[in-house]
Amino acid sequence: MWKFLQRLASPKHFYTISQRLTPWFGWTCLIFMVMGLYYGLFVAPADYQQGEAYRIIFIHVPAAWMSMFIYMVMAVSGMIGLIWRMKIAEAFAASSAPIGASFTFLALVTGSLWGKPMWGAWWVWDARLTSELILLFLYLGVIALNAAIEDKRIAARASGILALVGVVNIPIIHYSVVWWNTLHQGATITKLDKPSIHIDMLIPLLLMAVAFKLFYVTVVLIRARCEVLEREKNLAWVQELGQTVLTKK
Amino acid sequence: MSSNFSPVYTLLKRDLTLAYRHRSELANPLLFFVIVVSLFPLGISPESKVLQQIAPGIIWVAALLAAMLSLDNLFRSDFEDGSLEQIALTAHSLSLLVLVKVFAHWLLTGLPLLVIAPLLGVLVALPTDAMWTLMATLALGTPVLSLIGAIGVALIVGLRRGGVLLSLLVLPLYIPVLIFGANAVATASSGLPVIGQLYFLAALLSLSLTLSPFATAAALRISLS
Repeated sequence: MWKFLQRLASPKHFYTISQRLTPWFGWTCLIFMVMGLYYGLFVAPADYQQGEAYRIIFIHVPAAWMSMFIYMVMAVSGMIGLIWRMKIAEAFAASSAPIGASFTFLALVTGSLWGKPMWGAWWVWDARLTSELILLFLYLGVIALNAAIEDKRIAARASGILALVGVVNIPIIHYSVVWWNTLHQGATITKLDKPSIHIDMLIPLLLMAVAFKLFYVTVVLIRARCEVLEREKNLAWVQELGQTVLTKK
Repeated sequence: MSSNFSPVYTLLKRDLTLAYRHRSELANPLLFFVIVVSLFPLGISPESKVLQQIAPGIIWVAALLAAMLSLDNLFRSDFEDGSLEQIALTAHSLSLLVLVKVFAHWLLTGLPLLVIAPLLGVLVALPTDAMWTLMATLALGTPVLSLIGAIGVALIVGLRRGGVLLSLLVLPLYIPVLIFGANAVATASSGLPVIGQLYFLAALLSLSLTLSPFATAAALRISLS
C-alpha cells in the first residue's frame, strides 16, 4: 500500500495511473448524473408549497456542498505540498481552485434563480448566501495569487498558505455573518425550517451529490495531469511522452 | 527574555526612525481615511438622520481601506533594499520580528486613525455616546487588520504589481472585524450595551496575535526563496 502511494506521488506514475482511471470516473459520473436528473426531474413529486421550482435544489445543494468540500481538499493538499513538498499535491491544489470557484458560482446562480420566484428577489443578504459569496471571493483570491506568481512551485506554496489562512477564517466569517444577519432582520427567511425531506426527493439529491463528486474527481484528474505536464515539461519523461504522441500521428 | 528583547528593541527603533525620516508619507493613509469618510455625505445625503444611521459602517469601511492601503509599505522597502533578507537570516525567530514590524506599522498607521476617528464621527453625525465605543472598537480592530494584512503582504511582496491583488486576498478576511466593529458602534448609538461585540473583537485580536506572525513568517520565507 505504502509503496503504491509512493509511486503515485511521482508525477510520471501519477500521469499514467490517472490516465487509466479518468474514463472510469467519467463514465460512472455520467451514469449517476443521468439517473439523478431523471429521478429528480420526472420521478420525484412536486413540492406542495414550491411546486416544480424546487427541483433546482438537485443542482443547487450538491454544488454548495462541493464548494465547501473542494476548499477543504484544496487546503489539505496545499498543506501537504507545504510540508512534504509533494508535487502532485501542489498540482491538485492549483487545479482544484478553479473547479471549486465554478461550483461556488453555480450554487450562487442557482440559488438566485430559485430565490426570484420564492423570495421575490434575485439577491437577499441572507447569511448562507453571504458566506457563499465570501467563499467565492476566497477562491478568487487563491486563483489570482496562483496566477500572479510566475514560478509554479512558489505559487503553489504561497496559495497553500492562503488557503490554510482561509480555512481558519471560514468558520469565523460564517458565524459572524450569521450573527450579523440574525441581528439585523428577524427570522423571516433565514430560518427556512428544513422540512424532513421526502425519500423520493432525497434519493435524487444523493445521486446528484455522488455525480458531482465524481465529476470533480474526473475534472481534477484531467487538470492535474495538465498541470503536471506543464510543471515537468523539461524533464525526460514528458519529452518522451511528446515523442510517442507525435510518432503515433 | 533578555536575548529576545534587544532585537525587538532594535527593530522597533529602526522602523520608527525610518518612518520618522519620511514624515510626509505618514499622513497619507490618514488623509485617505478623512477624504473617504467625507465623500459619503456628498454621495448620499447631508441629512444628519441618514448619516447617523450609516455612520458606523462608513467609518469602519474607510478604516478598513486605509489600513489595507497602508499595508503595502510594511515589507516593500525592506524587501527592495535587501534588509528583509538580513532580518530573515538572523538567529532570532522571524515570527517575533514580524510581530515587531507589524506593531511598529500599527503605531504609525493604526493609532493615528484611532486619534482622528472621533473628529470624523462628528462629521457624520455620530452621537457622542458612541464615540468611546468607536475608539474602543478601532483600538481592538485595527491591530487585527494589520496582523491579517501582514500575511497578505508577505505573500505578494516579491511581485511587481501587488496592490489590487492585495485587496482581493485581504478584504474577505477583514469581514468579521467589520461586522463586529460597525455593529458595536451602531448598537452604542442606540444606547444599548456593546460588551459582547467588544469581547468578540478582543477574541479576534488574540487569535490573530497568536497565529498571524507564524503565517506571515512562513509566507515571507516563501517570498524570499
